[in-house]
Amino acid sequence: MSATPFPAGPIHHCRGRAVVVPGDDIDTDRIIPARYLKCVTFDGLAEGVFADDRRERAGDHPFDRAASQGAAILVVNRNFGCGSSREHAPQALMRWGIRAVIGESFAEIFFGNCLALGIPCLSADHDTVLAIQAAIAAHPGALLQLDLEPPQVMLEADGERFGWPLELAAGPRRMLVSGEWNGTAQLVAHDAELRATAGRLPYLAGFAPA
Amino acid sequence: MSAGTLYDKVWELHRVADLPGGATQLFIGLHLIHEVTSPQAFAALDDLGLSVRHPGRTVATVDHIVPTTSQARPFADPLAEEMLATLEANCARHGITLHGLGSGRQGIVHVIAPELGLTQPGMTVACGDSHTSTHGAFGAIAFGIGTSQVRDVLASQSLAMGKLKVRRIRVEGTLQPGVYAKDLVLHVIRTLGVKGGVGYAYEFAGPAIEALSMEERMTLCNMAIEGGARCGYVNPDAVTFAYLKGRPHAPAGEAWERAVAWWSALASGPDAVFDDEVVFDAATIAPTVTWGITPGQAIGVDEAVPTLEQTDSDERPIAEEAYRYMDLRPGAPIEGLPVDVCFIGSCTNGRLSDLRAAAAVARGRQVAAGIKAFVVPGSEQVAAAAEAEGLDAVFRAAGFEWREPGCSMCLAMNPDRLEGRQISASSSNRNFKGRQGSASGRTLLMSPAMVAAAAVSGHVADVRRLIATPSSPEPAPTPA
Repeated sequence: MSATPFPAGPIHHCRGRAVVVPGDDIDTDRIIPARYLKCVTFDGLAEGVFADDRRERAGDHPFDRAASQGAAILVVNRNFGCGSSREHAPQALMRWGIRAVIGESFAEIFFGNCLALGIPCLSADHDTVLAIQAAIAAHPGALLQLDLEPPQVMLEADGERFGWPLELAAGPRRMLVSGEWNGTAQLVAHDAELRATAGRLPYLAGFAPA
Repeated sequence: MSAGTLYDKVWELHRVADLPGGATQLFIGLHLIHEVTSPQAFAALDDLGLSVRHPGRTVATVDHIVPTTSQARPFADPLAEEMLATLEANCARHGITLHGLGSGRQGIVHVIAPELGLTQPGMTVACGDSHTSTHGAFGAIAFGIGTSQVRDVLASQSLAMGKLKVRRIRVEGTLQPGVYAKDLVLHVIRTLGVKGGVGYAYEFAGPAIEALSMEERMTLCNMAIEGGARCGYVNPDAVTFAYLKGRPHAPAGEAWERAVAWWSALASGPDAVFDDEVVFDAATIAPTVTWGITPGQAIGVDEAVPTLEQTDSDERPIAEEAYRYMDLRPGAPIEGLPVDVCFIGSCTNGRLSDLRAAAAVARGRQVAAGIKAFVVPGSEQVAAAAEAEGLDAVFRAAGFEWREPGCSMCLAMNPDRLEGRQISASSSNRNFKGRQGSASGRTLLMSPAMVAAAAVSGHVADVRRLIATPSSPEPAPTPA
């Protein structure tokens, strides 16, 4: 499925085809049905991405259309990734090939899970997202160029270029472009501060006399 | 910006460092793990060559994949067996306590941590499960995390987090008989929407909230996430302290007094500032049922499925999708809708008081012909307590199956699932398409008492009428 390597290091851009999955409140059970969570590694998840929706649509799901094959940029609408906290959802998208998501809004846990994998979730207002989706529909298979600094996306087709500004909060943006989105080492490095915080929490000492 | 709220105070107490990206490194007081979202986290820890920073602050159980009929090992499903075996090996290797099957303490992670007294006011609680918001019932800041974050908590006992805004949801008045915390929270989500809480912590406050038991508060906070709020909480009070006292991990003796003083001081003060406030009147809330494919698509049992004209324009596409998927006609009454399966259980409504409320409806009645009805206690302790007071006998006599503890048909990672286009009355938390294990299965969310009412009626029914009508005399329950 995914031919490109998984995200690593600083992330400034993403270039590739787009796949549009329209609709609000698309939950993580739909992105990856629970039966695919019976695993102890994430390795095989690509085959489960949108499995039930794709079966229902019998080949006409956006992830099955010819123009979407090899897509790296997923374009969605509001509250994408709501529901279960399963990181299997962005893992499945990533293993299918998705490297960035554009939408009107994202559920918080999903946004954080994507960030931890180096997958930026960028947002834009309703009209802008509809315009991006319409442009992709009008130019099937066109290449998109997504940048984080400043956040924007451009579509190139038939010798024309269309561009739209996007939003990504300063914190996540800095983490992605600095390559510090996978922050375990940073957390572990603050052990002295961690001890100081722990010392202020009486429940850790069984509420012993001060 | 909020100030002086419990959320602000607990956040400040647990702040470790400000991170370069703008996030805060937050100490995690209690980390709960289970078999589904932890194996990859332990593997990642190994890849990084790191050990578990505070094995004593992580507690494990098994819930999602366990069968609720026979829990004999090995499980019939080899994938489920592998997941539990992996959890057992990881816990043994890292010195983490695992409350396993048959221990007397196993159960749904959000049921057992409170009943063991692990969850306490003023803690930060994290778990790789979105319903971790449940623990906010104690005045903890509790939220679900993904597997990469589980890895981070294992490695550092902390997380990189952004601070949320705080919305106070003040509920005045009194809930009517037959109306429960489940109805209240479905009503809140119906009103504020499934994305209304994104970016917020919900503080539930006011007389109707203070009147709730701890188990009802857990139901309420459990579903904060269904309204988009990653955490919800209730300020700790005498009800909280009475619940905690004497539990295995609760402080005792002189430490208890010091704990109560510390906990009490964390509650949002009279001068607390909120980013937003919404007021509800509990007295106006009816037993509430979902008709669609999001928890926000909910109506009073005495209402009709909303028409497109009655639906906000933004919500019309998903309403149309819901009509099709649920095969429901706009304007049709929800009461009287036939159901196939009735499920009582889950981290939302699998506690003793939930089973009591359902048993009160089932007592002396019979499950309607053709309906599969089953009760799944939330934990081994809930099961034992229910059996001690004969609730299992009440359910069995009425034609319900009485099962072993686990997540069961809430999410279909175990043998319990819908088949084909079956429609369930379910005391769980999500009515998403395919959620209960069939890609075309349909879910109606409601309170446990309403599920029992549906089971004995054969269709969606207003439990208030069944409570008002005494059932036929019931033989004394057989002692367990």
